[in-house]
Amino acid sequence: MIEFRGVSKRFPDGTLAVSGVDIVIPPRKTTVLVGSSGSGKTTLLRMINRMVDPSGGQVLIDGTDVSTLEPVALRRSIGYVMQNSGLLPHRKVIDNVATVPMLRGTRKREAHARALELLDTVGLDRSLADKYPSQLSGGQQQRVGVARGLAVDPNILLMDEPFGAVDPIVRSELQQELLRLQGELGKTVVFVTHDIDEAFLLGDQVVIMQQGGRISQAASPAEILAHPADDFVADFVGADRGKRVLHLRDVDGRQIVVDDDGRAAGVLAS
Amino acid sequence: MTWLWSNLDLVGELSLVHLALSVPAIILSFVISVPIGWLAHRYRWSRGVLLTLCGLLYAIPSLALLIALPVFTGLSVRSPVNLVVALTLYGIAVIVRTAADAFDAIDRDVRQSATAVGYSAFGRFRAAELPLAGPVLLSGLRVVIVSTVSLATIGAVIGVPSLGSLFTDGFQRGIQAEIATGIVATILLALLLDLLAVLAGRLLMPWTRAGAARRSSSQAPVVEEVLP
Repeated sequence: MIEFRGVSKRFPDGTLAVSGVDIVIPPRKTTVLVGSSGSGKTTLLRMINRMVDPSGGQVLIDGTDVSTLEPVALRRSIGYVMQNSGLLPHRKVIDNVATVPMLRGTRKREAHARALELLDTVGLDRSLADKYPSQLSGGQQQRVGVARGLAVDPNILLMDEPFGAVDPIVRSELQQELLRLQGELGKTVVFVTHDIDEAFLLGDQVVIMQQGGRISQAASPAEILAHPADDFVADFVGADRGKRVLHLRDVDGRQIVVDDDGRAAGVLAS
Repeated sequence: MTWLWSNLDLVGELSLVHLALSVPAIILSFVISVPIGWLAHRYRWSRGVLLTLCGLLYAIPSLALLIALPVFTGLSVRSPVNLVVALTLYGIAVIVRTAADAFDAIDRDVRQSATAVGYSAFGRFRAAELPLAGPVLLSGLRVVIVSTVSLATIGAVIGVPSLGSLFTDGFQRGIQAEIATGIVATILLALLLDLLAVLAGRLLMPWTRAGAARRSSSQAPVVEEVLP
């Protein structure tokens, strides 16, 4: 369990990135931090592995204040996946995946064997192991990024807009893969995105953030749609328009579901 | 040509001496410049001072430097070490800005990701920043190689033998072929070392060619991954 208690962050240039954040991130669930740019969601994520230290308040992992933990050791125990994969371009795929186990002292042979298994786990062919990241497609690179994040079998996986830079079709595949993986592995995933649809698809808990790093609402997607906390949330999730507003229409005796624009969205199960 | 054939031994010997002067200077200037360049990259406030001071070294006239250096080093003006020190200083002037730029050019995402997966500050330098700065450092090194090999000829003027001795001797005795040989041999030596540097780069940085191969074959259809 990860807990933020009264956390705020003011950067040296005076920007208030996060203010007065209290959230509990439950274990073995996916929590999605969603908001537009400048809402402090990435800053909040990076406080978990101490890439950013809060100016006020506490971040706790399983009751331990992270500020008492050594940053390098802490980061090696937490998976991290970022936009544009963040792979080391001069290392082969297999070496990238084996990076963290080897930093933790695992022997190369073991680390490589485990890395090959992880390529299977994320749905990549083992023949890619000896390629350099630049020889892979964007979607393949993101999968390698996920494999690297999982390499030490961490309890916590931090994902910073990991699918932001790939095309919509590949993004949708990667989202489904993540759901499948999460079903099998049950990690505590903290996922940052600016895409509300992605947040609703992946999140057990969705945390909606607004400018100045304040939390507007933290709840399940269904609760947010049913009871948006305020106008900002209602507007952000689009609860009152477009494809979120569904109506039933009777077509030749069958109940068809259509969205606010009248486009058919599905059939009501009988 | 007859001059060259009857003096092959001399040219060969001077080439070796010339190498012995330039190679240590090239290596030293590279090894010293990389940390200075990294400091200039890492601490912005030091950048202006470091790069300007190192750059100004190049403004010192070479003859003056060669004669003034022994005052600080205690060496003889005619000592080969004196010349190597001078060549190293000029080498630093040439490469240090490139070294700072090489570290500046590393992708910010890659740097952050190296931190995020748990590299310590030094581990990140050794495992990520240094190799990734490699291609730009190599281009800086190649300029140093050519400039140092060329500049080493000045030793002849103060009595340190090198391929430059062929110029001074050729001028004094009026042998055109000797002067021409000196020029051509110097250029060939520079080209040889440059070639070695490029080959070493390919060996040490195989990923740079992998990237180039993908770019050149970008016309070919990309086979997208197939989901299981």
